[in-house]
Amino acid sequence: MSERVTQPPTYYAVFAGLIALTVLTVGLSLVDLGEWHTVVGLGIAIAKALLVVLFFMHLLHSDTMTWIAAGTGLFWLGIMLVLTLSDYLTRWVLSY
Amino acid sequence: MSTITQYVPQAVPPPPSEPGENYLNAAFGLRSWLLTTDHKRIAILYLVTVTLMFFLGGAAATLIRLNLMTPYGELVNADTYNKLFTMHGVLMVWFFLVPVIPVVLGNFFLPMMIGARDLAFPRLNLASWYIFIFGAAFTLWAITVGGVDTGWTFYTPFSSKSSHTNVIPTLTGIVISGFSSIATGLNFVVTVHRMRAPGLTWGRLPLFIWSLYATSIILLLATPVLAMALSLVIIERVFQIGIFDPSLGGDPLLFQHLFWFYSHPAVYIMVLPGMGIVSELITCFARKHIFGYTFVAWASIGIAVLSFLVWAHHMFVAGQAVYSAMIFSILSYAVAVPSAIKVFNWTATLYRGSVSYRAPLLFALGFIGLFTMGGMTGLFLAALGMDMHVHDTYFIIAHFHFIMVGGTVMAYMGGLHYWWPKMTGRMYPEGWSKLAALIIFVGFILTFLPQFVLGYLGMPRRYHTYPPEFQVLNVMSSAGASILAVGYLLPLVYLIWSLGYGEPAGPNPWGATGLEWQTPSPPPTDNFVATPIVTYGPYEYSPLEETELVG
Amino acid sequence: MSAEHPLLAHHFDDIEQQRGAETLGMWVFLATEVLIFGGLFTGYFVYRSWYPRDFEAVSARLNVLIGAVNTVVLLTSSLTMALSVYAVRTGRQRMLLHGLTLTAVLGTAFLVLKAVEYYADYRDGLVPNTAPFDAPEHQREWAEAQVSPQKVILFLMFYYVMTGLHAVHLTVGIGLMAWLIVRARGGTLSPERYVPVEVCGLYWHFVDVVWIFLLPLLYLTGTHHPADFTHFL
Repeated sequence: MSERVTQPPTYYAVFAGLIALTVLTVGLSLVDLGEWHTVVGLGIAIAKALLVVLFFMHLLHSDTMTWIAAGTGLFWLGIMLVLTLSDYLTRWVLSY
Repeated sequence: MSTITQYVPQAVPPPPSEPGENYLNAAFGLRSWLLTTDHKRIAILYLVTVTLMFFLGGAAATLIRLNLMTPYGELVNADTYNKLFTMHGVLMVWFFLVPVIPVVLGNFFLPMMIGARDLAFPRLNLASWYIFIFGAAFTLWAITVGGVDTGWTFYTPFSSKSSHTNVIPTLTGIVISGFSSIATGLNFVVTVHRMRAPGLTWGRLPLFIWSLYATSIILLLATPVLAMALSLVIIERVFQIGIFDPSLGGDPLLFQHLFWFYSHPAVYIMVLPGMGIVSELITCFARKHIFGYTFVAWASIGIAVLSFLVWAHHMFVAGQAVYSAMIFSILSYAVAVPSAIKVFNWTATLYRGSVSYRAPLLFALGFIGLFTMGGMTGLFLAALGMDMHVHDTYFIIAHFHFIMVGGTVMAYMGGLHYWWPKMTGRMYPEGWSKLAALIIFVGFILTFLPQFVLGYLGMPRRYHTYPPEFQVLNVMSSAGASILAVGYLLPLVYLIWSLGYGEPAGPNPWGATGLEWQTPSPPPTDNFVATPIVTYGPYEYSPLEETELVG
Repeated sequence: MSAEHPLLAHHFDDIEQQRGAETLGMWVFLATEVLIFGGLFTGYFVYRSWYPRDFEAVSARLNVLIGAVNTVVLLTSSLTMALSVYAVRTGRQRMLLHGLTLTAVLGTAFLVLKAVEYYADYRDGLVPNTAPFDAPEHQREWAEAQVSPQKVILFLMFYYVMTGLHAVHLTVGIGLMAWLIVRARGGTLSPERYVPVEVCGLYWHFVDVVWIFLLPLLYLTGTHHPADFTHFL
């Protein structure tokens, strides 16, 4: 599994993107977004995480099995969150 | 029957082993065992450990059933009784059922069945045993200094706030042993992906490997959540923050969600490897290729995935949202489908097979019957209305014991007997083994069938007394338990006896297919002369001329 | 089939298989880590959905300046880690050593800043069961914001446990860096044997990703005031 070696310019570009997104997320916290702070914050965090995972962790150039391993953890976290919240978010929908 | 005809040329040939040299006599002394990285020796270390835990858990069960001989709880008082069933549950679930088949039979045979010399990370394997011992020590210590009375489910806020027993050490021990599970699962997954012999495609893997792989997925993805759930209880107990305490704004159900997110898949950790063993036993003792290999293989994966989607069926009466309950109920029906597929396929394999009723097959047949009954009663419980009626009664206890004891323990006994000649180079006494299988089966039915009735009639679980009208059924159940005890003690005696006096076994006493039977009994340390090249599929019991080269 | 490699473990057939196993092993391990943090995230989301206003009120009191600075520190450490992998794969031993050392230093800087932050939290009455927390002026602030102390404690528990678990993981990561530095100095890391660096790098980046999510979830839940960014301690 000798993947290609990622070159430093790619890393610097990714780093610049990460810093930019950090500035963005902190800057947006100074704006009154009401309830949207969490959604926006998570969205930016996902973008940053993707940059780290795809480039710093070399997932982009990794084989399928690695993609599956990476995706599985996330997918299972999704199962836990969605099904647990399915209880909490519908508890008072049907009141007796 | 496929035999190894080719080997991968080795850049450096392995050192020739002396005739008669095997993993047991390759080195002597305590250090060679306690510092071994040989997966086979680690399997034996685990075997001794989990057997001890099994009999300790069984001792607790003995006291429980003795106490329940009379309605008025005359053997132990309520507090002690609570500690007994907690100890029984904790030891049996985490220190026997969850680990046993993967760490004993899986550790021993997974590398051999895929043509590898060891697991991917042998030192991690040894570390996992030490971690297990460490966790077990914590829990056993907690039991000796007074025990825990919360039930193995540790429901909050009782466990996090009100219980005055040794909750924290017990939970610590369980969390630690969880890391042992994760290490084993990780080792298995990486080994199956990266270390299969050339030619051993996924479609040629023995079904035991498929089931171990599926089990490992669950081990990896569920156990961390348990670690977090139990750690939060410890934090709550120390700091009284209110995570699970309603009087402080918390929700006890959050614990149950996190706990059952692990514990439901955990029961499939217990049963999936057993199903894998049954596939091996049925094919060998019916001398027939498995019916529907692809279906059985993918059913294992299907069970592993679906098992994560049903956890809140343990919480139907706890106060979760009705919509959520309905979703989990429907999903719980779905998870029965792949298990049923397996049962049909095993039955179809037996049909028109050339069946020999050796002890391993008796255990496998016991599994099929008892697991089916347990599984069906599980479907009853998936129905919301039915569950309302029997939740927290003996119906539930009967249901899960049918699967865990009638299922997993039976399959484990079958596998242990089947692979015993390979592991030890000795045959066990056939007559005694058949007798033990029969005694276990009869004892099991007598112990747990009355409990379905008791539960339906309303006898609650985890009570040290009961209304006098239930006594007859309880006495039947306790009598059955005494027979079951004999049934389990018998193999302990004759298997140990066979080590010294059993008939020496050859490489393949059963005439079975599978790479593990192509080596001497007991196997040499490196398993194979060199990495074999596989050219046939599994379970090729037909004459060679009729066998197709699998594409 | 490659010739016998000096660092080939005996149970592997060739060095490619060994590399493949070690890398997959780390990714699988990271999947389990996602779930262990995931349990905490789930609990956090549940209570956040129950007590949005209260959680926001407590979150606003966290030291967002240190939080933001720490984010930059950790992102930079990920850069130096990635460059270390490049260094070992291209045989640049000095760059490797510098990269690993910088990564460890930045990680330590994060922990130092975190310790400073925890101290500031203590002093600002954000550690339950301590004198500053119980001090009347802080209790009055919660009362004026109409936040019950219980909800404050609940949020703070998530804050301390999540950042604490993260800090523990980071400490382990720094330990791994130390081990790699020892190996680099011993000359056992090279383009043929680079996987230890790659694998520790994966772990390091994962710890970074966890922090990337902790920042908005714990610190940036509501609208901040520029003045929030002025006090370090």
